[in-house]
Amino acid sequence: MKRIFVNEEWCLGCHLCEYNCAFANTVSAGKSKANEMAKALKGKKIFPKIQVEENDGIYFAVSCRHCTDPLCVKGCIAGALSVKDGVIEIDQDKCVGCYTCVLSCPYGAIMPAEDGHVAQKCELCTRNSCGSPACVAGCPNNAIVFEER
Amino acid sequence: MDYQYPEFEVVRNADRCIGCRACERQCANEVHYYDADLGKMMCDESKCVNCQRCVTLCPTRALKIVKSDNTFRENANWTMENIKEIYKQAETGGVLLSSMGNPKPLPVYWDKILINASQVTNPPIDPLREPMETRTFLGQKPTEVKRDENGKIVNNLSSQLKLEVPIMFSAMSFGSISKNAHESLARAAAELGTYYNTGEGGLHKDFYKYGPNTIVQVASGRFGVHKEYLEAGAAIEIKMGQGAKPGIGGHLPGTKTVGEVSRTRMIPEGSDAISPAPHHDIYSIEDLRQLVFSLKEATEYKKPVIVKIAAVHNVAAIASGIARSGADIIAIDGFRGGTGAAPTRIRDNVGIPIELALASVDERLRQEGIRGNVSIVVGGSIRNSADVVKAIALGADAVYIGSAACIAMGCHQCRACHAAKCNWGIATQRPDLVKRLNPDVGYKRLVNLVEAWNHEIKEMMGGMGINSIESLKGNRLMLRGVGLNEKELEILGIKHAGE
Ligand code: SF4
Ligand code: SF4
Ligand code: SF4
Ligand code: SF4
Ligand code: SF4
Repeated sequence: MKRIFVNEEWCLGCHLCEYNCAFANTVSAGKSKANEMAKALKGKKIFPKIQVEENDGIYFAVSCRHCTDPLCVKGCIAGALSVKDGVIEIDQDKCVGCYTCVLSCPYGAIMPAEDGHVAQKCELCTRNSCGSPACVAGCPNNAIVFEER
Repeated sequence: MDYQYPEFEVVRNADRCIGCRACERQCANEVHYYDADLGKMMCDESKCVNCQRCVTLCPTRALKIVKSDNTFRENANWTMENIKEIYKQAETGGVLLSSMGNPKPLPVYWDKILINASQVTNPPIDPLREPMETRTFLGQKPTEVKRDENGKIVNNLSSQLKLEVPIMFSAMSFGSISKNAHESLARAAAELGTYYNTGEGGLHKDFYKYGPNTIVQVASGRFGVHKEYLEAGAAIEIKMGQGAKPGIGGHLPGTKTVGEVSRTRMIPEGSDAISPAPHHDIYSIEDLRQLVFSLKEATEYKKPVIVKIAAVHNVAAIASGIARSGADIIAIDGFRGGTGAAPTRIRDNVGIPIELALASVDERLRQEGIRGNVSIVVGGSIRNSADVVKAIALGADAVYIGSAACIAMGCHQCRACHAAKCNWGIATQRPDLVKRLNPDVGYKRLVNLVEAWNHEIKEMMGGMGINSIESLKGNRLMLRGVGLNEKELEILGIKHAGE
C-alpha cells in the first residue's frame, strides 16, 4: 500500500503542507486554488492533519503512518477507528471525543478536530475531493512522498 | 544618508493572503514579516532582490514583485542606472559587483540569424519516423589514414569525449554553487550521456563516482588539483579565461570557503580563495603547451585536454595558437556568460559576442588547415535549442550551458549570487538554503530541459533535411542573417535572408 513518507533531509519547514491539508479537507477543494484557498482559509486558524515539527533548524512533517498494527484502532472505545484497505479511517459520528487514540498514537498523528469534540486524522485524502494526498502534491521539495515501500 | 531607493515593490493581494507566512520563511533576505499589532503580513521591500521565491511558493498567488516606478529625473544619457551606480560608489568607495551575464542591450546575433528548411527538392525528414543522430565526439581528428605493413588500418585516434547530445554543462565551481547543485548537474550529465564541469573548486569526494561524466578544471588558482582529481575526470579543462570577466581572476570570499568547500579546494577554512588573473606559469603558447602536456603526461594521454578562453578581440589568433598547443578542444566563452560575481564594469564592457568569436575562430582554423586539430565548444548565453543549432551551423562541435542549467534548477536570474543568499539553494553555502534544492528534483529538471532541447534540435535538423548533427557542423549555408550589415555578415560567414 502507498503511504506518505518523510524525507526529513529535504523539509524546508515552509508549512505549506499544513495549509494544503487544511484546504484539501474543505468543501471548496478542487476549484480554482488561489481564490478558493483564500476563501476557505483567510482569517481562520487552521487544523491540519499533517503537522510540521521543528527544532534547531530541523524540520519534518508528521501525519498518520497508517500502521499495520494500529494502536489507535486497538484503543478506541467507540469503534470509531477502523482499517479499510490499509487506510486507518475515522468515523467522526461514532467518535465520542475520549481521545484515547490521541494518547495511544506513538507519533502524535491523531488530534482533536476543530470543534474540540471529536478526533481527526489523515486518511490520505481518500475521503475528500483530492483523491491523493494534497500535502504531497504541494510540497515544493519532495520532502514528503506518497509511495510504496 | 542613503540615496538608494528600493528597486522593487512587493505587492500583496490582501484578499488572497491567508497569512501562512511561507513567504516570510522562504525569503533569506528577510523582506516579509508578520505584524502582530496590525494582524497582517508586511514587508521591507528595500531588501528584495526579486528572486521570485516567495511568489512561486505563495499558495494563494497573493504576491507579485514589480519594478518600482519611482523615477529620477533621468534622460537618455544620465539613466537611472548610471545615477544609482554613482550614488552607490560615492557611498562605499568600492568596485561595483554583479552576478550573472552582461545584461546590456548589446546585439544578440542569435536573434538575427534564421535557420533554413527544405521544400520540394530536398525533402525534410520526420524525426519521429526516421533515425536522427545527435551523438558527437570531441577531440582531435586524425588527418590521415595510417596503415601497417599488412595494409591494415592503424587506430591513430586520440582520446575523445563522446556526447549523446551536443550540450554540456559549463564550469561552475563547488563554492560558487552548492553541493546539491553540483549533484544535480552530475546526475543529469550521467543520465544524458554528456558532461558537467567542476569549475575551479575541485571535486567533492562524493562525486568521484560521476567521474566518467565529469570535466575537471585546472584554473589559475589550482585549487583542489591533484593526481587523483585529474584522473577522476573524463577530460581536463585549463581555464585561461571566462566570458563574464575576461582578463581578471576569481575571488571566493573567506566566508564561503567553509567546511567541505575548503577541504575540496585544499585551502584553510575561512581563507579567501583568490585565482590570479594569469596562470603564473603561462605567458606564451609554448608555456600553455607545457601545461597541456604535463596534464596529458600525468593522465597517461588517456584524457582530452580542453583550453577555455574568453571571447576577446584577438580570439581567432589565440585559438590558432591553442590549436597548435596540443590541446584537443577549445572552449570559447562569450561576453554574455554568467558568473557568481564579477566587477560590473568588466562584465558589461569587456569581451565580444560569442557568435562573432565562433565564426571567426572556425574560419581561421579552416583557413590554416588546423580545424581538425581541435573541437570547438562555445558558451556564453546559449538560451534555447535554436541557439544550439545556430552555433553548430556556425562551426561549433558542441555548446556549454551554465545560466540555462541554473534556470532549469530554479534560478530566477535575480543576479544577486554574490550575496551568497540564493533563495533557490544554488549560489549559496548556507545549509538551510542549500537544502532547498533537492537533487532528485534538480537533476530531473535538467534532464527534462536537455531532452526537450534535443527533440527540438532533431526537429530543426529534420526540417533542413539533415539527419545527423555531424552534417550540420559548420554548415553555414543553413543560416541567413536579418538586419545585419555587410561586415557582420562577412564575419559570420553567412548570407543575408533573401540571398
Ligand atoms: S510542504 Fe514539504 S517542505 Fe514544506 S514543510 Fe511540508 S513537508 Fe516540509
Ligand atoms: S493515528 Fe497513529 S497509531 Fe493510528 S495508524 Fe496513524 S500513526 Fe498509527
Ligand atoms: S493526505 Fe490529505 S488529509 Fe492526509 S495529511 Fe495529506 S493533505 Fe492532509
Ligand atoms: S528577495 Fe525573493 S523571496 Fe524575498 S521578497 Fe524578494 S522575491 Fe520574495
Ligand atoms: S505566502 Fe502568500 S498567503 Fe502566505 S503569508 Fe505570504 S503572501 Fe500571504
